[in-house]
Amino acid sequence: MNKKDNNSIEIDVVTIRFAGDSGDGMQLTGNQFTTNSALFGNDISTLPDFPAEIRAPQGSLAGVSSFQLQFSSLDIHTPGDKLDVLIAMNPAALKVNLSDLKANGMLIVNKANYSPKNLKMAGYESNPLESDEIENYKLIEVDMNALVMKALEDSELSPKMKFRSTNMFALGLLYWLYERDLESTIKFLEQKFKSKPEIVKANVKALKTGYFYGETVEVIKTTFRVPEARLEKGTYRNIMGNECLSLGLIAAAEKAELNLFFGGYPITPASDILHVLSKYKNFGIKTFQAEDEIAGMCSVLGAAFAGDLAITASSGPGIALKGEAIGLGVITELPIVVINIQRGGPSTGLPTKTEQSDLNQAMYGRNGECPAVVIACQSPSDCFETAFMACKIALEFMVPVILLSDGYIANGSEPWKLPDLDKLEDIKTRVVKKKSGDTFLPYDRDKKTLARPWALPGTKDLEHRIGGLEKANISGNVSYDPDNHDTMVKLRQKKIDIIADYIPEAKVFGNEKGKLLVLGWGGPYGAIRSAVIKCNQENMEVSHLHLKHIHPFPKNLASILSNFDKVLVPEINLGQLSNIIRSKYMIDTINFNRISGKPFTSPDIYNKILNTLKGK
Amino acid sequence: MSENVILKKKDFVSDQEIRWCPGCGDYAILNAVQKTFPDIGVAKEDFLVVSGIGCSSRFPYYMNTFGFHSIHGRAPAIASGAKLSNPNLSVWLITGDGDAMSIGGNHFIHLLRRNIDINVLMFNNRIYGLTKGQYSPTSEIGKVTKSTPNGSLDFPFNPVLLAMGSGGTFIARTIDKDLKHQGGIYKEANDHKGTSFIEIYQNCNIFNDGAFSILTDRETKLDSTIRLVQDQPMVFGANLDKGIILDGFNLKVVNIGEKYSISDLLVHNKKDKNLAMLICEMTYNDLLPTPFGVIYEEEKPTYDDMLIKQMDQQIKAKGPGKLKDLIYTKNTWTVS
Repeated sequence: MNKKDNNSIEIDVVTIRFAGDSGDGMQLTGNQFTTNSALFGNDISTLPDFPAEIRAPQGSLAGVSSFQLQFSSLDIHTPGDKLDVLIAMNPAALKVNLSDLKANGMLIVNKANYSPKNLKMAGYESNPLESDEIENYKLIEVDMNALVMKALEDSELSPKMKFRSTNMFALGLLYWLYERDLESTIKFLEQKFKSKPEIVKANVKALKTGYFYGETVEVIKTTFRVPEARLEKGTYRNIMGNECLSLGLIAAAEKAELNLFFGGYPITPASDILHVLSKYKNFGIKTFQAEDEIAGMCSVLGAAFAGDLAITASSGPGIALKGEAIGLGVITELPIVVINIQRGGPSTGLPTKTEQSDLNQAMYGRNGECPAVVIACQSPSDCFETAFMACKIALEFMVPVILLSDGYIANGSEPWKLPDLDKLEDIKTRVVKKKSGDTFLPYDRDKKTLARPWALPGTKDLEHRIGGLEKANISGNVSYDPDNHDTMVKLRQKKIDIIADYIPEAKVFGNEKGKLLVLGWGGPYGAIRSAVIKCNQENMEVSHLHLKHIHPFPKNLASILSNFDKVLVPEINLGQLSNIIRSKYMIDTINFNRISGKPFTSPDIYNKILNTLKGK
Repeated sequence: MSENVILKKKDFVSDQEIRWCPGCGDYAILNAVQKTFPDIGVAKEDFLVVSGIGCSSRFPYYMNTFGFHSIHGRAPAIASGAKLSNPNLSVWLITGDGDAMSIGGNHFIHLLRRNIDINVLMFNNRIYGLTKGQYSPTSEIGKVTKSTPNGSLDFPFNPVLLAMGSGGTFIARTIDKDLKHQGGIYKEANDHKGTSFIEIYQNCNIFNDGAFSILTDRETKLDSTIRLVQDQPMVFGANLDKGIILDGFNLKVVNIGEKYSISDLLVHNKKDKNLAMLICEMTYNDLLPTPFGVIYEEEKPTYDDMLIKQMDQQIKAKGPGKLKDLIYTKNTWTVS
């Protein structure tokens, strides 16, 4: 848009955070700014943060909901660290978020909400906006309620409904500050409230009022331009982790020419996968909301036996309930995919906060020697490929695959370079149609992969029984034979180990030899990558390896690890990957663990790298 | 059916050695099922027998069909997944009183609630056999077992009433010793669209021998049981001289002859829900005979049919899904 009478400065990277009461629409506002930035061509990364309670008491600290977004003309990997702009819609939002605002950062507040009652709710004894502390920031106080009420005086909506559009005022003001077009949000509002034109009108008016407020009142003298990012060539869209993951599953079903069956039970932060898949019945997708987690898992076993690409998704507490049934999947050697969107534990823990503490559960959380493949997503846009890979491994090797993601990846978003669908790898299932010898042998194996055949009920002459009692190798009959059990226990592990021959080798970012390797998995990908890039720019000898395949590990991992003097393993747990690396490769890893329910920031990792190099 | 093959009982006998205790009621049930399957118009490869854990749950290994011996209590969920995946299968779920009423109680009630077209055969021996003799959720109160040396303290479930309460659409009872009665019930269950629940009284001759002897002994059985026959008066007794009437809101036994004639008796109607509730309540009532037969049947849409319909409707409304459209949506931008 045309800019007059104000300075316009071009900058590379900005981090903003919208914060307010959980009823203030901060997630929607943040998502709108994200879509706008993505369509504009910035690189983006987001971090939504919301309470587990649907509506905590209005104005309380517990009820604060926020949405952080970093957008940039550069290649970025995290939602940003310190904030350039904080929008604090009420005192509670200010209290929770102010410490993350940079010195001299811009603080935008909705003055109308800073009433004595709200100040008290947030635990302020006096108005913080009048304190000395606030002088460290550029404070913009706006009575958004009054301005919105005035702008909407002709509207027939109730005052309550009018107040609801103050978030659009805040968004409009931010659009002006970053010289943005309003079009994407206007279109969105028209679509969302298609049947309620009065609400569309009010919201668009509030959005424009915010925008023009910035232009006319001159409280903000400078606006900023963040140019398009020079991303790799391709077509992009902004995507959240769980949606991206769901699309990967759908793609795998299509490639394998199977129907997708999803059985699950709602649980934060995994429910979105059920929501997404349930919309696509026209893709032949069957979704089954079971009576509990165990039934979700068991329905998946039944569907896998009957010939679907069968998938469940849950989070740690739900995976704990599914454990016995996953074991049944291991002994019956059925192709199933179990997705764990990890959250803070133990027990109910922190349902809406992120953590990486279920790796041990994925590796060892079942009775008996019960190995499953474990692979992990590393960022929202990576979920497609990793979910596809999980399905491919399950179907081609006839094994349960546990796919780990986490709340940060699931709810975060970033640009996703859309895949060339013609180049997706083939998936060759083990489905058999005919008996070859006299009797069908359900545990007869492929010589290379050790995968057993997949004989589907309904196929003539292939009647057979499977179950949870130990199976005789080859025949699949129940067997209590001691030597057979020894063979089968080792064989089930070998089936997993063999997969290392088929997965890509690990690739180091940076030099392949050096003083320090930062070894990560899952959500901390972006924070580690940004920190390592910064270190390399400062001529430090640091490399990054991010593991997608954890069980089995890539074949070349041992040789990579031996090329570095030190190996630092940052994890949002007490060192679960680190312990596996130590026991398997006998090397002395250095742990870096902070378990706060929040993702690592790149300065966290950067400082740890500095200290590690200094030998501290 | 893929082709017209005439099936026989032996086609359903697997090559596995049967490991139930000699004299167990399970043998008779296996025999009845293997005799019935050839006659119900399902191709052999379309049968799927699913079970949980317990003595009865070894059943699939002895049937030469597709089979899945699963984990304790979870067979309803596994069977549901398989049926929804391939609605063409004829799915038979084999379970026991512990498997279905205790550890798997939740899955059991939800299976009935959804009315997925699966046939449930619950072997009720009122004891835990495989774990060697603890009381079960259908054992009578005061049961002295290894885990309750001074008598059990919990009241038993009435499985048919639980099935009624769960929204069951086909509820029946039969008994191990009567092969012919079993066969008839299994055929009716197969013909019913929706979840069919059959409680089978089964004698555990090791840990609870004689639990049903009053219902099976020659001297007592005719006076202590009643066969429910659709549209027929509720008559029973060694000389067919007793009947059931409605007395207020309760059932009552009367002698036919002096004060009452056949025309005064209740006529069995499996479609009558109120009558079915009363018949279920006969189970533990010492003044009334124990009923066998189809207690209740109702036509109700099945989950599996509705799921397929919903999918067809979605395909009609939106067209068959195209992956490319799903991934390459409107909100994209291109970097060149």
